[in-house]
Amino acid sequence: MISSVLAALRDDRRAALIPYVTAGHPSADSTVAVLNALADSGADIIELGIPFSDPLADGPTIQQSSFRSLVNGTTVESVLGDLKRFRSERDTPVVIFTYLNPVLRYGVDVFLADAAEAGANGLLLTDVPLGADPELERAVAASPLDFIRLVAPTTEGERVPGIAEAGSGFLYYISRTGVTGARSELRRDLAAEVESLRATVGLPVAVGFGISTPEQAREIGAVADGVVVGSALVRIMEEEGVEAGARFVAELRATLDG
Amino acid sequence: MTTTTEPETGRFGEFGGRYVPETLIKALNEVSAAYREASQDPTFQAEFRALSADFVGRPTPLYHAKRLGEAAGNPQLWLKREDLNHTGAHKINNTIGQALLARRMGKKRIIAETGAGQHGVATATACALFDLECVVYMGEEDVGRQALNVYRMQLLGADVRAVTSGTRTLKDATNEAIRDWVTHVDSTHYIIGSVVGPDPFPRMVRDFQSIIGQEARAQSLDRIGCLPASVVACVGGGSNAMGMFHAFVPDEDVELVGVEAGGSGIESGRHSASLVAGTPGVLHGSLSYLLQDSDGQVAPAHSVSAGLDYPGVGPEHSFLKDAGRARYTFVTDEQALRAFHKLSELEGIIPALETAHAIAHVLEEGGQVDGPILICLSGRGDKDVSHVAQLEGRGLLI
Repeated sequence: MISSVLAALRDDRRAALIPYVTAGHPSADSTVAVLNALADSGADIIELGIPFSDPLADGPTIQQSSFRSLVNGTTVESVLGDLKRFRSERDTPVVIFTYLNPVLRYGVDVFLADAAEAGANGLLLTDVPLGADPELERAVAASPLDFIRLVAPTTEGERVPGIAEAGSGFLYYISRTGVTGARSELRRDLAAEVESLRATVGLPVAVGFGISTPEQAREIGAVADGVVVGSALVRIMEEEGVEAGARFVAELRATLDG
Repeated sequence: MTTTTEPETGRFGEFGGRYVPETLIKALNEVSAAYREASQDPTFQAEFRALSADFVGRPTPLYHAKRLGEAAGNPQLWLKREDLNHTGAHKINNTIGQALLARRMGKKRIIAETGAGQHGVATATACALFDLECVVYMGEEDVGRQALNVYRMQLLGADVRAVTSGTRTLKDATNEAIRDWVTHVDSTHYIIGSVVGPDPFPRMVRDFQSIIGQEARAQSLDRIGCLPASVVACVGGGSNAMGMFHAFVPDEDVELVGVEAGGSGIESGRHSASLVAGTPGVLHGSLSYLLQDSDGQVAPAHSVSAGLDYPGVGPEHSFLKDAGRARYTFVTDEQALRAFHKLSELEGIIPALETAHAIAHVLEEGGQVDGPILICLSGRGDKDVSHVAQLEGRGLLI
């Protein structure tokens, strides 16, 4: 599903717009409405975050949305329930973005089965780099979910083919060393790095971490297969509400396509 | 059981590993490689030994605590005096080792997390010694209860950053230090303060701390004339315990006892006893016993002692527990506070609140041990004096 969406966009010479939102944020019962709004505003793929108490790969914005979501009572089960309701209304592919521990606690095999059944299309685990846990990695790879793997600017060249081989759907390129969060400028070398990565691997490449404005999205969209926008969107949802978030996504869409 | 280390996989049995963001993999590979080379480099080893002697003050004494023994009902209680190290705790053994390693790797900037402030002070000290920039992350709650150590770190030139996320204690300070490392990975070395985190940290910190047990084992043979029947240490992340236990692991007749912080009691839910009451999970880069809820969210820890107030524990302890080689138990805040007074009154030694947990356990059960007991007196209690006075209604002293 993720692959076919990305292939169609590539044929169209358009970059995929991949917004990230934290489930259970801005309010406990907002998740289905948020997902619908993202789909209606032009999201090609949605990253849905299952909150974790100790999000060490995330900057202040997503830390706070995760914390609020947990206070709102969000659980793995409630997120999968929301996803199921969304799936009964829309086809937009969804990648679950989370940390390993909630998945471990839920039970890896049960989680993979329940997530697929709820309509998830991919899984991204921020703290499971290639080789961290071969048994677990094999289980995810054997599941119906695409396994979204990450490549960082610090990833050594010889690791990249293995990561691409172990991943599916798309490869997520981290735009800079650091945690998630909006930045005013992108690194100068980024476009060249993305182009070189795309030439090396057989998977589409999406870029995320720090992309926060339509202009930045356009800049990345010109070289990547997909653009992930997370913290900037989460902050707008937090401060101005779901409708404002949807307008921001529509603006990103228009800029990417323009 | 001759070895518990698996450097090739970074695991102790099923525990440990490298559950970190991809961005850190290169840095972990570099630290592993540098550490492997340093361990085989006689110059590095000689420099580490020389600083341990001249700067830290090693070897630390083994002290026969007779009055404490009388109170506990065991005449053979021996204290390994890590409190007599420079900066007042065992933490400096590790920070000197890692600072030497950082210098070898060409890193100019050091970050650290701290709970009680002892690791922060020890890191700031090593950074002053080697002229390295030093940033210490400390939970806002701990900044309050360990004000003396905050000022010590600042005196030593460290930038102490109060962490206001999550539970505002050691766990969150560690999250923030890891975020800093992910962001400044090229210039920075992260001196983790305990036998926790991703490989190679648990085994590297263990190795730098293992001097405690090596000395204590030789001193026992020399002074007591035999190995101890039981070796006792407090366990938060578990670095003083691992450093003490390591040399004794092959001595199968020596019982190893780790004492966790029972807080208000296990049944109250307000404690830090991950090995006693937790379940395996992943936090801060490794798989180990963890306090967590049914949804895999890390549960807040509690202890009167900031240094034990941590929901996780070093993976090698998890391994030793499941292998049945070490036994883990707990004492409550109240028992630890009583032991804090007791050791002060009976031996003229004010222990750190962390260490007071090990003392409390021996006061409870020392009489039942048939043979000498060796206790790791991991740190001195000056830092806790004001906090304890406040808890006892005497107000803040400083």
